[in-house]
Amino acid sequence: MRNTQATQLLSELSSPGRRAARLPPCDVPGLPLESLLPEDQLAPVPPPLPELSEADIIRHFVNLSTKNMSVDTHFYPLGSCTMKYNPKRNERLASLPGLVDLHPHQVPELSQGMLELLYSMQQMLGEIAGLPAVSLQPAAGAQGEFTALLTASAWFRSRGETRTRVLFPASAHGTNPASAALAGFECVQLKGGADGFVDLAELKSQLDSRTAVFMVTNPNTLGMFEKDIAEVARLVHDVGGLVYIDGANMNAICGITRPGDFGGDMMHYNVHKTFTGPHGAGGPGSGPIAVRDFLGPFLPGPVIERTTKPGSAAVYSLRNPPHSIGRVRSFFANVGILVRGYCYLRTLGPAGVRAMSENAVLNANYLLARLKDVLPVPQGDRCMHEFVASAKELKESRGISAMDVAKRLLDHGFHAPTVYFPLVVAEALMIEPTETESKATLDAFVEAIKSIVKEDPEDLHLAPHSTPVSRPDDVRAARQPILRWNPS
Amino acid sequence: MAYLVNTPAEQQQMLDAIGAASVGDLFEQIPAPLRMERPLAIPPALTELELEAHLRDLASRNGGVGSRVCFLGGGAYDHFIPSAVDAIASRSEFYTAYTPYQAEASQGSLQAFFEYQSLICQLTGLGVSNASLYEGGTAVSEAVFMAMRVSDRHRRVVVLGSVHPQARQVCQTYLNQISCELVTVPTPGGVADVAEVVRQLDDQTACLVIQSPNYLGCLEQTRDLCAAARKVGALAIVSCQPLSLGLLTRPGDVRADIAVAEGQSLGIPLQYGGPYLGVLACREEYVRKMPGRLIGETVDREGRRTFVLNLQAREQHIRRDKATSNICTNQGLMALRATVFLSLLGPQGLRETATLCVQKAHYAAARLAAVPGLELVSKSPFFLEFAIRCRGGAGPVLAKARAAGFDLGPALGPEDVPGLSAPEECLLVAVTEQRTKQQIDRLADLLAR
Repeated sequence: MRNTQATQLLSELSSPGRRAARLPPCDVPGLPLESLLPEDQLAPVPPPLPELSEADIIRHFVNLSTKNMSVDTHFYPLGSCTMKYNPKRNERLASLPGLVDLHPHQVPELSQGMLELLYSMQQMLGEIAGLPAVSLQPAAGAQGEFTALLTASAWFRSRGETRTRVLFPASAHGTNPASAALAGFECVQLKGGADGFVDLAELKSQLDSRTAVFMVTNPNTLGMFEKDIAEVARLVHDVGGLVYIDGANMNAICGITRPGDFGGDMMHYNVHKTFTGPHGAGGPGSGPIAVRDFLGPFLPGPVIERTTKPGSAAVYSLRNPPHSIGRVRSFFANVGILVRGYCYLRTLGPAGVRAMSENAVLNANYLLARLKDVLPVPQGDRCMHEFVASAKELKESRGISAMDVAKRLLDHGFHAPTVYFPLVVAEALMIEPTETESKATLDAFVEAIKSIVKEDPEDLHLAPHSTPVSRPDDVRAARQPILRWNPS
Repeated sequence: MAYLVNTPAEQQQMLDAIGAASVGDLFEQIPAPLRMERPLAIPPALTELELEAHLRDLASRNGGVGSRVCFLGGGAYDHFIPSAVDAIASRSEFYTAYTPYQAEASQGSLQAFFEYQSLICQLTGLGVSNASLYEGGTAVSEAVFMAMRVSDRHRRVVVLGSVHPQARQVCQTYLNQISCELVTVPTPGGVADVAEVVRQLDDQTACLVIQSPNYLGCLEQTRDLCAAARKVGALAIVSCQPLSLGLLTRPGDVRADIAVAEGQSLGIPLQYGGPYLGVLACREEYVRKMPGRLIGETVDREGRRTFVLNLQAREQHIRRDKATSNICTNQGLMALRATVFLSLLGPQGLRETATLCVQKAHYAAARLAAVPGLELVSKSPFFLEFAIRCRGGAGPVLAKARAAGFDLGPALGPEDVPGLSAPEECLLVAVTEQRTKQQIDRLADLLAR
């Protein structure tokens, strides 16, 4: 029942002279354009965009939407991505007039409600982190990492120190080294850590007066809490370095333990993950950072300040920190995502935030307990919010790879886990169920995997069978890149 | 608890299956001294009804464009957003999906982003577009880093003083760490003097960054400036205003190497500064040096047309510290909005929108310039925004307008346009297709009183 006609490319559906939007007549006295704009800058014709009716466009995109899996339609256990339910109230409230239509250059006197909301967000994120100074500016987690590294760099410079190296374990997200390189640091990847934990001896051997920052994800990318995190932090601090916590996995620990309490000096949040952004098919994100007090003066500006006078309401204003590293983006922040995160945190409250993490961890451990006999989980019997299963034995014994399992899950009505990451586990399937999935869904997922591992491997190499397409030719895509529609 | 699904009985069954006595046991791997012993000090939980009342109260204390008359500009504009944009962007199959790593389960998003790339190529006249960046300011910085990779020059970048000050600040922040000099060419006349720019370019320069319409709304001589960059082997980066391309020559037409833009005007609400949309397109030969996601067309095992994440070898999750950028998320939902917006407008709608902006802005400029004590800052041609100089300073004019429900600005800060005299007297006025003759007349009459 697929409508394949409507999902041709827009330019293929185009018909000369067809239109959707109509503009009102010009109500000011019009002048010849040649008298207003330089002749050599006037284009003879407008850009060759497709020409369509509104009905064409709606049918095109609505049909496209049905070719997606999404959290609202499917269990989406994509490890490290925290694909939880996105509350509908957040969408409605973020669209309220006064919030959605507030111009970024509106003066603070006419933005007090927004500034109060964002100030409160700064406070909540600082409290959950245990790191009181917050910048909401970074547009996503990767930019949060970069911003924090620049902040650290400025702090070191203010102390007359030149530190050139950023360290991270082999299991780190790719953004960690990429951000460090962008910030001008030398990247040092620690060896060892096959069990997922930081190798203390290796860390010690690499730490010295050149160390600026040690970046670590905690819980780590295997979904394990770094058992030696306090010792790790002590070692880094002993050589005068700072500890950065990649907050991608905050969904496991909110209200239970805090980065600032276990030795972190800086961290970023992924508001679109932990606090239900939503994900938007790859963004927009929002990556606020929280840092220790002494780093606060170096944060990007502006930040929001609250002043009170006895007998009158609090006043909110924008201020640049005294030694700010400068801006990392235009305007204030990805405010639309922060408003949704604010709605989420205000709905949960202190007990709800803790229950969120408790149930995320409960769901992950239940899934681990039920799956480990089907697909080995090298890390052991316990995890935090996610775990990494391995199809290594399955591949050796039956020729079924992690990719085969992932692709076949789509036929069973489940999105695939993250595969082949982290690199420290062979044939990795990284599974994060989140707290908003029911036991019944998790049970059905386990049954699906149980049935898949028994299937004919030849058939699995051809999976999925029920999706609009199957097993794209990535090699061809890369060798002869077609990156836009071309008239043929 | 909000959004939790399992009943206490189910939670107990799950604990039994795990072999744990309580949920607390699951956290034993966290050393006891590191665990929180108190509840988080954040505000108490609200029901949906209470939350809505609270948010409505906060929203009511802001002057959104719906409750005011908006002539605000400075990089974000009050353009009309057709209903179909919101209808498609509210499809939760789009907004609750994530990065399309599994192509088979993501053909909807992947095709939409491929369409976005196609439309941006058509709009800019360049051969290849990525699938979006964070926003316009970081897009400039990403383009500068890209130009350094392409030219293999890493010590000198030249930017016009008329480029959006926040984009220049972001660029400075990004370049601070790598000892690359950011040379700013002052623009005292409101637009760049080509001869002066030529003097600043040399064979060590990685790129020249041009914005047109610039921060003051004026059109730069982009063709000559691009040629000047080319002459010394530097790349020409042109930051453009997407809607202006309904009327004006495209970056590709004037031989820009890289085009960037703030895409907010393409159907994205103002929402106090973000999320917006970073547009980046370039000549095809630079594709492997580009930052950000790229969607490609290929076939599947049965030969069916298929869209995939392409050329991922440039990206951080493969290349780590050798990646072309640290960017991981793009602005998927915003790119979708822009795609729907551009298809609704089509070539004619884009041209008519741009024409309305030009006509109304010029009418407003003439009316305001006739007000005693006000004059236009620059005589150069402009698109939908212009700067006015106020005898006695910008502050009193802004305040007078604001008191009557009209928002102008922003006022210019001391460093916003290097070389401009007495910036404290200047403010920006933007006039979109949404402003009416009556609103413009009322503003002019008010300021004349």
